[in-house]
Amino acid sequence: MTQNGKPKFAMYWAAACGGCEIAVLNIHEKILDVDANFDVVFWPVAMDAKYKDVQAMDDGSILLTLFNGGIRNSENEEMAHLMRRKSKILVAFGSCACEGCIPGLANLTSPQEIFDTVYNTVSTDNPQGVRPQPTWAAPEGALHIPEFHPVLRTLDQIVPVDYYMPGCPPESHQIAAVIDLVVKVLHGEATLPPPGSVIGAGGSTVCDDCPRKRNVKAITRFVRIQDVEADPALCLLEQGIPCNGPATRSGCGALCPQAGAQCIGCYGPAEGVIDYGARLITAFASVVDAKEPEEIDRILDGLPDPTGQFYRFNLAKSLLRAAKPAWTAKG
Amino acid sequence: MNEQEQFEPVIIGFTCNWCSYRAADLAGTARVKYPPNIRLIRLMCSGRLDPTFVLKALAGGADGVLITGCHPGECHYIEQNYKALRRYLLLQRTLKQFGIEPERVKLVWASAAEGVKLAEAITAMVEEIRALGPLNWRNDEGRTTKDGHPSSFVHRPSSEQAEVAA
Repeated sequence: MTQNGKPKFAMYWAAACGGCEIAVLNIHEKILDVDANFDVVFWPVAMDAKYKDVQAMDDGSILLTLFNGGIRNSENEEMAHLMRRKSKILVAFGSCACEGCIPGLANLTSPQEIFDTVYNTVSTDNPQGVRPQPTWAAPEGALHIPEFHPVLRTLDQIVPVDYYMPGCPPESHQIAAVIDLVVKVLHGEATLPPPGSVIGAGGSTVCDDCPRKRNVKAITRFVRIQDVEADPALCLLEQGIPCNGPATRSGCGALCPQAGAQCIGCYGPAEGVIDYGARLITAFASVVDAKEPEEIDRILDGLPDPTGQFYRFNLAKSLLRAAKPAWTAKG
Repeated sequence: MNEQEQFEPVIIGFTCNWCSYRAADLAGTARVKYPPNIRLIRLMCSGRLDPTFVLKALAGGADGVLITGCHPGECHYIEQNYKALRRYLLLQRTLKQFGIEPERVKLVWASAAEGVKLAEAITAMVEEIRALGPLNWRNDEGRTTKDGHPSSFVHRPSSEQAEVAA
């Protein structure tokens, strides 16, 4: 508790895009509840505060920290440890912190290839081929930047996490519901879910929330959604459009399928799913309508990037976590 | 003894209760030998094989996975082995993107009468993987897991132990 008697709240971003912060602000006037009930002590996007301010706080003095972003470099890792130490409740907030999300797809390649792409492709204006150096001897003294890890890790691969809040980003109504809950807990009107729970999401799959009509699936070809005119009322997967709904946790309200787009899986694995991609491989392969290997291969050719399809958000949290080039890179 | 000789691959084999498991049994009663590098796990059907099992085996320290089932058209549950085939083909495409050699995961059909065929397939796969070398899927060595235990669940014997077992 601070002088004003309110519990402390923090939000931090590691390797993230900033969408999670926007999603929090998208709760509109509910943000006033956050301010009324919490003393916001650290939130780099919204207010000025330094790392040393957090370091000076007592351990466990922040009641609630929403941590978004994956752990991509040594700064992210250090901040994960710091926020864990200072927080009573640490929430892996959003897909990046929970399961690696889009930044986690970099685990399919080596740091060398990542840097080549970022600094040496034709669209990059870098005639001298400048690359970031962890240490640089400037006239004023040595300068350091954080070190890039070969593998992106999720928050819980670095420090213990109390709750997981999935979504890319988490839907604003779900954030509002979680804030309502925490406020109720503060007033003794509710209790927290068991540690390790997934909060702000459903317990079922996106298919369960999807209003599209489902029949028996028998896929004879996979197509990309931009190449066809999809039936607006019929299950997308049934139409051969790779939809990740069968393996994805509910909670978003099946927004994408209702807007005519396939589910890409941002709410992560459904309850009980150990490996998200494996569940999708099972689901997709089961409904392919072919028995001969050649015919099966012809249909599977319609999925040009299976790993991207099955692990778009979940690669860093999958059983294999990263491809060989990332694991075998130094560091 | 050079390094190549010391490497004893660990292979996890998934067998179907109605065909390949009995084929392995038959190989045993007929005293057909196959290397002890394979650990057989019995499923009721190859259609029960969740790709999760394969990924967990590889991530946990196995060097290869052998999936076996009834010949096409002979499934005890009518056509679940076709599902196994389709999952296998899709899994192979996925594993390729992870940089895992296709030889490390195989699908073999073996009826209950094909003990010799199964033993030959196992022997061939062990040699093929021995030549490929260890997979050594990294699981954050030097970093402790949540419960403080190493994440590998596969017991890797030294070559000496493997000889005793043989």
